[in-house]
Amino acid sequence: MSPSGSAETIVGRGNREGADLFREWFEELGVAAAEERGAAYVFVMGSLAELLRTFDFPIVFPEINSLQTAVRRVAHEYLDEAEDYGYSPDICGYVKADVAVQLRRGDHPMGRVPKPAIAVNTNACNTYIKWAEIWERMYGTPTFTLDVPGTREAGGQTWRGDAAFENDRKYVAAQLTELIGLCEKVSGVKFDVDRLRENMSSANRMSIGWKRVLELNRCRPATFNALTDGTIYLGVANALRGTERGAQYFDELAEEMEYKAEAGLGTISEELYRLIFVGVPCYPLFRRFNEMFTEPGGTFVNSTYLWFASGGSNLGFQYDLEDPLESLAEGLLVSVRDAMDSMFFQTQILSDMVTDYSADGVVYHPIKSCRTVSTGLADSRRDLMDSRDVATLFIESDMMDRRVVSEAQLKNRVDAFFEGLASRRQRAAIG
Amino acid sequence: MAYAAGVDVGSTQTKAVVINEDRDIVARALTDTGANVMRAAVSAFEEALRAGSIREEEVEYVVGTGYGRYKVTFGNTQVTEISCHGRGAVQMFPRTRTVVDMGGQDTKAISVSPDGEILDFCMNDKCAAGTGRFLGAASSALDIPLEELGPTALRGQRPVKISTTCTVFAETEVLSWLGKGKKIEDILLGVHKSIARRSAGLLRRVGIDEEVTFTGGVARNAAMIETLNEQLGLKVNVSEESHFMGALGAALFGLDHILASRVPAGERQEQ
Repeated sequence: MSPSGSAETIVGRGNREGADLFREWFEELGVAAAEERGAAYVFVMGSLAELLRTFDFPIVFPEINSLQTAVRRVAHEYLDEAEDYGYSPDICGYVKADVAVQLRRGDHPMGRVPKPAIAVNTNACNTYIKWAEIWERMYGTPTFTLDVPGTREAGGQTWRGDAAFENDRKYVAAQLTELIGLCEKVSGVKFDVDRLRENMSSANRMSIGWKRVLELNRCRPATFNALTDGTIYLGVANALRGTERGAQYFDELAEEMEYKAEAGLGTISEELYRLIFVGVPCYPLFRRFNEMFTEPGGTFVNSTYLWFASGGSNLGFQYDLEDPLESLAEGLLVSVRDAMDSMFFQTQILSDMVTDYSADGVVYHPIKSCRTVSTGLADSRRDLMDSRDVATLFIESDMMDRRVVSEAQLKNRVDAFFEGLASRRQRAAIG
Repeated sequence: MAYAAGVDVGSTQTKAVVINEDRDIVARALTDTGANVMRAAVSAFEEALRAGSIREEEVEYVVGTGYGRYKVTFGNTQVTEISCHGRGAVQMFPRTRTVVDMGGQDTKAISVSPDGEILDFCMNDKCAAGTGRFLGAASSALDIPLEELGPTALRGQRPVKISTTCTVFAETEVLSWLGKGKKIEDILLGVHKSIARRSAGLLRRVGIDEEVTFTGGVARNAAMIETLNEQLGLKVNVSEESHFMGALGAALFGLDHILASRVPAGERQEQ
C-alpha cells in the first residue's frame, strides 16, 4: 500500500481524525436528541451496530458516554448524583454515570444523548442486563438480551463445521430473527437485507484494518501506544462500526501504521520496555497514568482492552455477504465469545502476546468498579508467572471513580516495577 | 574512605543512614516527617552527619526513598522504598527471601532474590488497616503511648476478635470492647493479631519463602513480632536497625553507584 500523503499528514492522522469523527458522532447524537428520536442503546461487547443501523437507530454506547465523563474530569459530579439518588458506591461506575446522564435528561459533557428506544445487550457482562433494566424502569424501553454461548474450557473453542459450533450458531441466529422483528416494531422500518449486507461489508473492511493495525504493533519501536492511542482507535471502531466512514478510517489507520513501521517511528523517544496492559484503563487519570510508564521508557504495545472492548473484532472475522443473517450470527458468536475469553481464558493468549509482541512486562490493572474484568486477574497473573519468565505488575484503581484512585500509591508501585525491569535486564546482560 | 547515605522520608518519620565502603552503618538519625517534608529530609541527613562526625562533602552519593523521596532535593537519585527494604533486609539477613515492611500508612510484602533484587511485591491498597496507623488508632482510643502497646498486649491472655477492616472503625470497636468490660491487654492483643492476620494475607500473595525479615517502624513492637510469628508459623528476622532498613537499602544503592563509578568505563557492565 502506498501512503497517501507526506509524513506530516500521515503521522498522527489516526489520532486527529479519530477525535474529529468521535466529536461528529456525538454531534449527530445531539441532533437525534433535539429531534426526540429514540436511540438503540448498545454495549461494546456485541453491539450489532451493523444490524441496528438498518433500522435508522442512532447508536448510543452508554459505556463510552460514561468513560468520557471521567476523561473530561467530571465523572465525580455524575457519580455523586447517582449516589445521592440512592445507588451504592459499590455499583459499576459506568452504570452510575449513565444514571446521572438520564436524570439530567441526556445532558453530557460532549453534548446531549438521546433517550433509548430499544436496548440491545449480550450476556458478555452481567451488569449489561441489570443496566438495561434501569432504562426499562425509567422509560419502559424494550430490552433484548442475546444469550451468546461462551467457551466451555480453556482452548476448547469450536469452529465452523463442528456440530457443537453449529448448534451454538443456530441458537444465536434464532435470537437475531427475533431481534429483527422487535426492531421493525420499535422503529417502524422494515428490515432490508441489502442495507445489512452493505453495513456488514463496511464492518468487514474495518475488521481487516483493525487486525492489521494490532499486528503492526509487533514491530520495534511500537507504532502506537495501546493504552492511549489505542483507546482513540477503539472509540471509532465502536462508534462507526458498519459505516463506510469507519471502514475508511481503518484503511487509513493501517496505512499510517505501515508507514510508521517502515520509517521506524515509535511513540516515545527511547522505547526501553514493551508492556502489555490487562484490564480497563484508569480514565480518571488517563494521561498521567500512562506517563508513569512512558517517563521511564515503557510503552504499551497491546492490551486485553483492545481485544474485549472491540467486541472481539480484533480477530478480523469476515462476514459472508452471500448469507448475511447466518453469517451475522456466526460473527456475533465468534466475536463475543472471544471478548469473553479475554476475561475468562486469557492466560494462554497473554503468553502468546508476550512472545508475539516481544513484551518485557505485563501490567494487570484490576478496578474497583468492574468485577467482570477484574475478578480473575490474580489467578491469571499467577498462571502467567508460573509459565513465563516475565515481569508483572498488579495495581488497582478504577475506571471512573477518582475517590478510589491514589496517584502517589500508583506511582510508587510503577516505579518499583521499573526498578525490577532494570535489574532484570542488568542480570540478563551479565548472563 | 567514601560514604553513601540513604534518606527514607516516610509518612510518619524520616530516617537517614550513612554507610562506609564496608557497608557498615556509621551514623543514623530519625525525625518526625511533619508537614514540611523537605525540611525533615534535610534535618535527618544533617543530624546523621553530626552523629557520625562526617562532613557533607565526604558523602559521595545520597539516595532518597520513601513516599517523600522526590523531596530529597539534595540527593543524587531516588529509589522506591520497596526496592530499598528488600536490599536492606538481605544485607542484614542474607538468607532473607521474603520481607514484611510495616510502616505508618502501609504494609508491604516483598519477595526478594538472594542478591536483594525484587521478584514480586504487594501492598495494602487505599486503606490503612493492618498498618502502623491501625496501632495509632488503638493507642488513641485507649490513651496508651505507642511504645507501651506491645508490652501491654503481651500480657493479654484472652484476645478479643477485632473484626473491622477499617482503621477508623477500629477505634470504635476498641471502645465497644472497653464498654463490654474487656481488659485493655486482651483488646490490644486482639488488635495485634488482627494486623498480623492481614499482613500474613499480603505475604501469602507474594509467597512466603523463608527466611522472612520484618522491617519498618512497627518491627520495634514485641507483640507484633510475636503475633506475626504465630500467624506465619515461623520466626521472623528482626534487626535492631529494622526501622532504618529502607534508609540502609537506599544507602547501599548509593554505594553501588560510587563503586561502579570507580570501574574504568570500558569494564563497566552497562544496563
